[in-house]
Amino acid sequence: MDLLDKFDAVAELRASLPFEKADPFTVVMDEIISETEAVIGGRRTILAGTNNYMGMTFNEEAITAAKQALDDFGTGTTGSRSLNGTYASHKKLEQTIADFYGMEHCMVFSTGYQANLGMISALGGKDDYVIIDADSHASIYDGCSMSNATIVRFKHNDVENMERRLKRLPEDACKLVVIEGIYSMLGDAAPVKELLEVAKKYGCMTLVDEAHSMGFCGEHGRGVAEAEGVEHLVDFYVGTFSKSVGTVGGFAVSNHPKFDVLRYTSRPYIFTASPPPSVVAGAIKAIEAIKNGGNRRAHLWENAKRLHAGLKEAGFDLCTDKAESPIIAVHLPDAMIGTKFWEQLFLEGVYVNMAAPPATPAGMFLMRVSVCAQHTTEQIDEIIKRFKITAEKVGLELKA
Amino acid sequence: MAKAETIEKIYELIEPLNKKGIDLAPDVTFASDLELDSLTVMDLVAEIEDEFDIVLPLNLLPELETIAHVADAVEKIVDKG
Repeated sequence: MDLLDKFDAVAELRASLPFEKADPFTVVMDEIISETEAVIGGRRTILAGTNNYMGMTFNEEAITAAKQALDDFGTGTTGSRSLNGTYASHKKLEQTIADFYGMEHCMVFSTGYQANLGMISALGGKDDYVIIDADSHASIYDGCSMSNATIVRFKHNDVENMERRLKRLPEDACKLVVIEGIYSMLGDAAPVKELLEVAKKYGCMTLVDEAHSMGFCGEHGRGVAEAEGVEHLVDFYVGTFSKSVGTVGGFAVSNHPKFDVLRYTSRPYIFTASPPPSVVAGAIKAIEAIKNGGNRRAHLWENAKRLHAGLKEAGFDLCTDKAESPIIAVHLPDAMIGTKFWEQLFLEGVYVNMAAPPATPAGMFLMRVSVCAQHTTEQIDEIIKRFKITAEKVGLELKA
Repeated sequence: MAKAETIEKIYELIEPLNKKGIDLAPDVTFASDLELDSLTVMDLVAEIEDEFDIVLPLNLLPELETIAHVADAVEKIVDKG
């Protein structure tokens, strides 16, 4: 017996994928030319599979501030937020995010994953209920596993299905409904208004993860809840710095008067080192840039709509009827065509994410394309063109 | 042991998913006998919840390997009201 034997089926599946010249799981970025281009395997490649939605990774002010922080405070804090790992800049970043969301309190975590893990595991106590969408991100599922709560799952984005379940829960129990603004694989938006209204009708507290919507949804870029005018129904926002903010880290914000007690009770907050000062300094500048990034936001949406329209017109099977986010997911019939398509598109010089089960809902095989505010219109057209060429080369039938 | 009635109801819900035409019995397992993937199991759980008007918490699912396990769990939850 070997402890790793249980993964034999995974290893077999992995080995069975018919890649010949490139493999999506072993891509190495040798050189990053800009927010939208890299050199991979000696080839200049358009990046259309990052989460760099607002194109903040090379923001000049963020880079300058990060360099300065390295000089002033060193490479890392070597400690927990609860011990020696809170610097003045961590407090400033928390204030910056709280202001961005117009809320009282903010906690910064070392990653976005830990933000969900830390919030849900701490909030979901033994006699409580956590109600989640079936297509929730792994960080939400893992937060649930780590909590002591009873976990109830409803069908993806299905308000009525959620309500039927809420009805069955004890009226006097503490309940937390967890949803995401934008779901990262299909790029579809949640009916946040309806879901939150129903959650409140049944006396639930609500947590909205705006990881894939912060920066460009809503007037101030706070996410889908802002866009739908229901921020007053959100008890906790969770977000990340690893998408629109262009670095790494996570956060939670809230108006709850007792919020700060989570600093002493959330294990993923306590038992890890705090984000390095350079990351924190960069994040502060990037969030300020996002605040004033109206033009970028507009161009990002133009890019998303142009890509969606172009691929749709070409006859690709898209996962959403319109561009609901900068994520445009293309549905491919099976693993064989999917892997070939990814490989050929890569050889044509376009990198997208290949998404396969179990990361995708309903066993779907997807090319997950995501656009950046810094993509030029020409690059978007180039992506569409190369998609068409790839379809022809791998024999993917397009709808007329 | 769950009532025959409960088990029958569960058979009815499983039958459309029983692609391999397995003879349903209390000791039939979802993963190895029926070969249901996790997504199909999720849909089945939702149908069972709606049929019996209960919540079958996600935390319970890893324990429920056979039809009898599910029937017992359902009755326990129904009885708790």
